[in-house]
Amino acid sequence: MSVLRHSVLRHSATELLAKLNAGEVTSVQLTQAHLDQIKQHDGDVKAFLRVDPAAALARAKEIDDRRKAKKPVGLLGGLPVAIKDLLCTEGETTTCGSKMLEHFKPPYDATVIKKLKAADAVLIGKTNLDEFAMGGSTENSAYQKTANPWDLARTPGGSSGGAAACVAAGMAPLSVGTDTGGSIRQPAALCGVTGLKPTYGRVSRFGLVAFASSLDQIGPLARTAEDAALLLEVLAGHDPLDSTSVDLPVPKYTETVKQPLKNLRIGLVREHFGEGLEPETEKAVRDAVEVYKSLGATVKDVSLPHGKYGVATYYIIAPSEASSNLARYDGVHYGHRTDEKQMVAGLAEERNKLIAAGKTAQAEALDNALVRMYRRSRAEGFGPEVKRRIMLGTYALSAGYYDAYYLKALKVRRLIRQDYDAAFAEVDLIVGPVTTSPAFKLGEKVDDPLSMYLVDLYTVSANLAGIGGISIPCGTSRGLPLGLQLQAPPFEEERLLRAAHMFQQATDWHQQFPAMVP
Amino acid sequence: MLSRADVEKVSLLARLELTAEELDRMTTQMVQIVGYVEQLAELKTDDVQPMAHALEVHNVFAADEARPSLPREAALANAPHHDKEFYLVPAVLGE
Repeated sequence: MSVLRHSVLRHSATELLAKLNAGEVTSVQLTQAHLDQIKQHDGDVKAFLRVDPAAALARAKEIDDRRKAKKPVGLLGGLPVAIKDLLCTEGETTTCGSKMLEHFKPPYDATVIKKLKAADAVLIGKTNLDEFAMGGSTENSAYQKTANPWDLARTPGGSSGGAAACVAAGMAPLSVGTDTGGSIRQPAALCGVTGLKPTYGRVSRFGLVAFASSLDQIGPLARTAEDAALLLEVLAGHDPLDSTSVDLPVPKYTETVKQPLKNLRIGLVREHFGEGLEPETEKAVRDAVEVYKSLGATVKDVSLPHGKYGVATYYIIAPSEASSNLARYDGVHYGHRTDEKQMVAGLAEERNKLIAAGKTAQAEALDNALVRMYRRSRAEGFGPEVKRRIMLGTYALSAGYYDAYYLKALKVRRLIRQDYDAAFAEVDLIVGPVTTSPAFKLGEKVDDPLSMYLVDLYTVSANLAGIGGISIPCGTSRGLPLGLQLQAPPFEEERLLRAAHMFQQATDWHQQFPAMVP
Repeated sequence: MLSRADVEKVSLLARLELTAEELDRMTTQMVQIVGYVEQLAELKTDDVQPMAHALEVHNVFAADEARPSLPREAALANAPHHDKEFYLVPAVLGE
């Protein structure tokens, strides 16, 4: 078994799929090997919020049986896939990392979950995240702090921290995350895996619990670009249930990913190499650019002059949309509700005290029972970061401030998009860092929200512009993985994947594993 | 600059109950974050059209056909308080 475990936990999903199809390994064996790894190490990593071994093994057996009987098997053919706990799974708890949804069992599957089931994925568990995907370290989860498999004292990044950590730790070969401002690419970089944020509209958001609807996008995390291509091919496509999903054919990513790009023109963004970028990280990025040059690419300096306003723009737009989206958690339809009797009694007592003290005006200004129920349920159900974002968004959208903040941010958003359009007139891909440095320590930024927001420096602009981006391992600093970000014009996921695959054919950074992976 | 009273007012608009201590901390943090995002004011954007969405598609229509909707039982299944027919909330009239 140990030989098998060694091979399965380090193999790419593409290789595993070939073994499955050749009958060299069964889905039950594969699933069991990953479940064993979870059992052995997830007590330390805490990537998963819930794992149902019996259900996963039953599903694996069903797929094995079908394959044995020579009946059709879907594209993922029995590969284990982990799911970020922000995606609705019918009848199965979906918490979004929040106390608000501790007992929430969605009445339907997200479209991507339906697609994964139809493709014969074995859904192995739901992964941890920052509450409602708000954060860059997974420390904002109401349930547990996920550790980086490369150094348990460090963060895996976020918000898809569990999604990235489980792939790095050999607990799942494939994993589905979401990216609103870097939440796939940044944890992929910090955990040394491959993570793709598709173009806005490429993947249906139906059943993805909304954070910032004009920015959210679902995407794959995997060991290789080939694996990301495999998973994206399953996830992508138009969905009548999401009017922002685009009705464009889904390319056969798995077929094109191996084709190298000829005469590739890559752009290095002048502004990416300024203050704040750690020298080791810069060196890894510049070395990666040399790799592309050796593969025939030409390199050009480009400018994204409004990129430096990306974080400020994002932290107006995303909280504004969040404050609106999260208004649905009202303690009425679903989610946490405060103890009503206690709340009503407390309110009466407050009122009586004020009246007794002759403060009738204040007594009259008190919340009514319904408003108090909303406020207290939300106060009890949401954690500090979610409250902060709701407050910021409510403020930015409130009368008298709308033009100065929200409208202004929408205008700068267009300038950011125009910068990209101008750059992509000259180059095929923009190449640069994902983060300024490798994984930071758990606890390092929790008391300083603004410094946590600045972690998103290199990633938020792609969400604002709506374009795709991929993070691939490109080096290490102090033994910790570093990521290289590639960005492409809208709906050029094939270009991203092919370029990433070229790099991974020439380097082996993506084949390095933390010590816990046998 | 954003005051504690402003933040308290926003907390009502946001339907959040904040303790005195949370209000203090929230004020400090919001002042810092709003101060940071205010750098956008240095950009001249009078002639720029706002961009609300990355995909500027409009009028996506669905076929006008009746489809099954979520059964009432399923819609109520996650409600903290219901009577099998309606969601229940605290009384707001006749206080």
